[in-house]
Amino acid sequence: MTDDVAVLGAGMHPWGKWGRSFTEYGVAAARAALADAGLAWTDIQLVVGADTVRGGYPGYVAGATFAQALGWQGARVTSVYAACASGAQAVNAARAQILAGMADVALVIGADAAPKGFFAPAGGNRPDDPDWLRFRVLGATNPTYFGLYARRRMALHGDTLEDFAQVKVKNSAAGAANPNARYRKAVSADEVAASAVVADPLRLLDICATSDGAAAVVLSSMEFARRHTTDPVRIRAVSTVTPSYPKTVLDLPDFATDSAAAVEPPALGLRASIAAAAYEEAGIGPSDLDLAEVYDLSTALELQWYEDLALCAPGEGAKLLRDGATALGGRIPVNTSGGLASFGEAVPAQAIAQVCELTWQLRGLAGDRQVPGARAGITANQGLFGHGSSVVAVR
Amino acid sequence: MARARKPVVAGWFTEAGPHTDDGPAAQGTGADQDFRLIGTRCQDCGSVFFPREDTFCRNPACSGTTLEETPLSRRGRVWSYTDGRYRPPAPYVSDPAREWEPYVLVAVELAAERMVVLGQAAPGTALADLAVGMEVELVPGVLNEDDETTWTTWHWQPLGGDR
Ligand SMILES: [Zn+2]
Repeated sequence: MTDDVAVLGAGMHPWGKWGRSFTEYGVAAARAALADAGLAWTDIQLVVGADTVRGGYPGYVAGATFAQALGWQGARVTSVYAACASGAQAVNAARAQILAGMADVALVIGADAAPKGFFAPAGGNRPDDPDWLRFRVLGATNPTYFGLYARRRMALHGDTLEDFAQVKVKNSAAGAANPNARYRKAVSADEVAASAVVADPLRLLDICATSDGAAAVVLSSMEFARRHTTDPVRIRAVSTVTPSYPKTVLDLPDFATDSAAAVEPPALGLRASIAAAAYEEAGIGPSDLDLAEVYDLSTALELQWYEDLALCAPGEGAKLLRDGATALGGRIPVNTSGGLASFGEAVPAQAIAQVCELTWQLRGLAGDRQVPGARAGITANQGLFGHGSSVVAVR
Repeated sequence: MARARKPVVAGWFTEAGPHTDDGPAAQGTGADQDFRLIGTRCQDCGSVFFPREDTFCRNPACSGTTLEETPLSRRGRVWSYTDGRYRPPAPYVSDPAREWEPYVLVAVELAAERMVVLGQAAPGTALADLAVGMEVELVPGVLNEDDETTWTTWHWQPLGGDR
């Protein structure tokens, strides 16, 4: 186990399609987080930025860009890139430097202004890049992979299109109560069924959009926190694991899984190993959780996360949903923020946004989305190329 | 003028034999016995890699550097499948003047290699022709053509799929 760090402040710029620069969104989120923490920008000793994403690869360098926009004040700086997992890497970079005594208080920011439509690879002729090749050779977009997982679940576990639609119904209901969400309207199962098929069996409303948005948190040592507040939300674990060989689940941008011909597959696949590492570091288990924020790139993928987080047994994700356990008011509400279904993905901000939601929930300030008496929560996501990401927060 | 046939990626599959024409290889089972995906096998630990790994073995317990070409199984079972209802972005090549025609993608589990390999389904394969667990076989196919070149690729085709 590692020591805790405190979350002193959380802030966002609302998600949407605003047509402005990521810097503007990031500064707005940063100022909101600083105000929430009751600190000035000049109090910050370390700024960590999650780089923007362009074609699956790092876009704009974030840390120094935000530091300049907020006004150079000499703070240490770190910029990180881990695709969808960038936000958790940024949180962990700040945490590690705080725990190492290099800084007492840090500002972590992720923001992006996303292009419309499918994520496309970086340009040029790059036949040595698997992310370029999957588009050239297969035309395999991100929804292609989501469709493959969804069909596999239907064949293996008996999940239905209605189950997938009900994930959207649940998350849109939560998102309707979240002022930072892009889509703030309840969606019915009929509306999901009436939307166009993108990658069979998934429809437009099963798949998350791309959005503009920003999220920021102020993290500090527990000693610093005690001088500024009482009973802060604490980050108890950050999991940033890579897969174990052979990786036997087809993930984007893969053409194939690893072969298990010579080496037996590990006991846990990547997603389950992300969660296991987080639980181990936090010293808590799934039964101790009050809520979870998971990366619902598609409705079907949310059900997969239930199983990988061990909220239920393998194959029983749809049953957990049908029982209402993961809805607000259920045993273990999932995506109380509304999830990607309500936000759309602003890649470098998204994992930080998940931590913001845990923070507000654990403080009891989540309004109509509040999970009564929440004391522990987990976030989970996975970044392109093999980046695990999970944060456990407690109060 | 005849276009030159070139694999979309060199060294990932065998060049199609002389009997294969441009169109879908619709000769049915047994027509293209020699057409294979080409992976590599570590000579130290036996791990198989596709796409090919030519310099270092990726088994963390192996420091092997001798990897030899190995043809992958020609048949496998459907792990999952989906389709693309919208035109993928470049570098996928399609004619923007023509209406987009969805195609099917199949992930196929190869028993001997204990791995899953993606590919487009042979032209004419419909979602309704597929089911998880059914047997498919590898056939040569054409990805796209430009003025000089017919770019060849691999396709998965339901077994016994005479069309
Ligand atoms: Zn080896």
